[in-house]
Amino acid sequence: MKNGNPEYRVVGTRPIRPDGVDKVTGRARFGADLNLPGMLHGAMVRSPHAHARILAVDTAKAEAAPGVKAVVTAADFPALDGAEFFSAGEAQVNFRHLSSNVMARDKALYDGHAVAAVAATSAAAARRAAELIEVTYETLPHVIDVEEAMTEDAPILHDDLFTEGVTPPPERPSNVAKRMEFKLGDVGKGFADADATVERAFTTKPVHQGYIEPHAAVAEYSEDGQIQIWCSSQGQFMVRNYTANILGVEAAQIRVTPAEIGGGFGGKTLVYLEPVAVLLSKKAGRPVRMAMTREEVFRASGPTSGAATRIKVGVTRDGRIVAAEAELKYQAGAYPGSPIGPGCMTAFAPYDLENVLVVGYDVVTNRPKVAAYRAPGAPISEFGVESVIDELARKIGMDPIELREKNAAKEGTQAAYGPKFGPIGYVETLAATKNHPHYKAALGPKQGRGVATGFWFNIGGESSAEVHINEDGSATVATGNPDIGGSRASMAIMAAEVLGIDVSKVRPIVADTSSIGYSFLTGGSRVTFASGMAVVDAAKQCVEEMRGRAAKQWDIPVDAVVWDNGRACPASSNAGDFEPLALAEIAATSAATGGPINGHAQFTARGAGPGFGAHICDVEVDEETGAVKILRYTAVQDVGTAIHPAYVEGQLQGGVAQGVGWALNEEYIYDENGRLENPGFLDYRMPVASDLPMIDTVLVEVPNPRHPYGVRGVGEVPIIPPMAAVANAIEDAIGLRMTDLPMSPPRVVAALEANGAAGAG
Amino acid sequence: MPRVVLPKSVGEQFAGGETEIEVEGETVRALVRGLDSRFPGIAAMIEEGMAFAIDGEILQNAMLEPVRPESEVYLLPKIGGGRA
Repeated sequence: MKNGNPEYRVVGTRPIRPDGVDKVTGRARFGADLNLPGMLHGAMVRSPHAHARILAVDTAKAEAAPGVKAVVTAADFPALDGAEFFSAGEAQVNFRHLSSNVMARDKALYDGHAVAAVAATSAAAARRAAELIEVTYETLPHVIDVEEAMTEDAPILHDDLFTEGVTPPPERPSNVAKRMEFKLGDVGKGFADADATVERAFTTKPVHQGYIEPHAAVAEYSEDGQIQIWCSSQGQFMVRNYTANILGVEAAQIRVTPAEIGGGFGGKTLVYLEPVAVLLSKKAGRPVRMAMTREEVFRASGPTSGAATRIKVGVTRDGRIVAAEAELKYQAGAYPGSPIGPGCMTAFAPYDLENVLVVGYDVVTNRPKVAAYRAPGAPISEFGVESVIDELARKIGMDPIELREKNAAKEGTQAAYGPKFGPIGYVETLAATKNHPHYKAALGPKQGRGVATGFWFNIGGESSAEVHINEDGSATVATGNPDIGGSRASMAIMAAEVLGIDVSKVRPIVADTSSIGYSFLTGGSRVTFASGMAVVDAAKQCVEEMRGRAAKQWDIPVDAVVWDNGRACPASSNAGDFEPLALAEIAATSAATGGPINGHAQFTARGAGPGFGAHICDVEVDEETGAVKILRYTAVQDVGTAIHPAYVEGQLQGGVAQGVGWALNEEYIYDENGRLENPGFLDYRMPVASDLPMIDTVLVEVPNPRHPYGVRGVGEVPIIPPMAAVANAIEDAIGLRMTDLPMSPPRVVAALEANGAAGAG
Repeated sequence: MPRVVLPKSVGEQFAGGETEIEVEGETVRALVRGLDSRFPGIAAMIEEGMAFAIDGEILQNAMLEPVRPESEVYLLPKIGGGRA
């Protein structure tokens, strides 16, 4: 089945993925698969304490252990004292904090925080040596919960952290790194005009991105100071720049080769192992491989924030939202930098509102530093908002989609966070949802249906691309973004569309940092949009060059040559009577007509179109066990133009699966000492195939006018609606409003019992 | 003259509670300099962590972007998050 504009020849088709054979045969090389001659194995020493001062690190016994070639501690890292924010492409990064997260300095701030590392001739020798490193700690009181961390007497993580965004500036440090506020209109007046108001408090848990491939890196430091890194990440240039800044070396000294990536979802937009592996290699004079265990992934790499939120919305009897208010408290983990900004901005973004007040807090706690996770911040705030919208619809007796339609943002709407929307497809998405057969299907007893929607900005950013026309008429497309969601397939499709050749003739590759120009990382649902634009531009340059080659051969002006379906043709009979020249023919004679035919493009892509999704979820609740079974699920989304629809559908399905896990089961469990008790997939319950029905998808295509083929980012929106969709379905099934995630069996049973007790009382 | 809109918390911290400010300038950088001359310290805060929406389009690195006399420029937190 082909989607999209019927004029497209390749865009909208579903060719076999270019990385498919390597992955199903096991040939694909992931971060931990590289072996180099003389390679050493690294092991990390991690804090067993949630909060402790590091008084001493004695490495003598480890250094004397058999097979040990190098040991590093924080003392081996440049101090970075006084260093704060540095520009790293599109991101502003606090390298002092990032460096301390990679290797703890004076304090360990969470269970699992790295404090030393060893490289030895075998993994077993490295692990044994790591156990010989003696760290003397002074344990400190810790704080895990976000609201406890905000209290006056909470243990303070950073003595130099003073809340930004408050007036007057505070005189004492606290765990609240930042306060922010967005205001539109007058919420007090709006609530006064409301016929119905719902106010609820919600909590969400930190959840891990759950990528199957743990972090892994191989580093080699040569005698002349040149550094090579092979690793799995969402951005080889991010790894290069972060490592260069942390180690105080020049970016040109480092060459990062991206490995195949086994999932990222935002969690591989930071460095953890790479700078450590480089320092170990420098000391040992041999390449070093480091790979996290699953336990280390949970204890030491970023989940997304947990949060406490309060949402209040007022509507008139006829369904007009007249005021909306949110207070959002996001855990950042050990260092400031939760996604509170986008959390605040997305909370009410799907709606056209006059009176809005959103207040957000970024709060440090003794947990791993959070990392990005699909639509960072949005699922948390929109869970509460979409739950309250559903409750209001019930209260005024209105269909929940109709209530959303009455208030839907459209082109020209001033978003709650300020600027006006361009062309967007929220209204079309809601209409497709309302008209879907799923929305009208009958339900059985103890079954319920929930609807929820979601918004994400999507971004552009710096991208580079090259297209090479090979002598046999095939083409190579090189970009600088790791392929986490099918970007190689979409790059090949867009190049094939421009060149007018079969997509099987286009080979897409992800190039290393010395072989392609800078590209911002794979994230923000930007790659098919932004790097895709660069590929289209580079392919068009090739077409221009090939028109010129044909013009040269025919001895006519280049303006008299057009490119049609992979061939250079005379523009009209006036141009002359020439047989069209196919791309392969022009390529075969390129040496005689002017040399290699390549295109290269680099720019900061602009005009990313925001995305909206609407989900329908049916559940059945077992009131005895509290188990919630997902019976049927449909995800509808405005995707702009689906370049490779199967991949787009996969993005929607994957987002739903992760959102359902966030909704129903996933949470970190800490003991009273702040130690993580469930650092593994047996106890940290992510959904498996048997937990989910086949997830139906509907691709609404409202093209983004700022992309040559109408692309919008698609990868982040689908994780936003599931939590509220499930909660709304549970209320529909058993009449209980669940406000705390996860809605796991014990919590559902407890809520049922509380409800029964309340009813009996 | 271009109109710059600050988040409420930024307005309170730097601009005495003002959130909508007309500033002369033909680029974002000129607007930021203009703001900083009236509200010292705001430029450093903007450079550390703010993005811009110029006439509805969100840009993460916009200092050199041109603005028109009728432009609306919103200051926003950078989109992303989860980074150290």
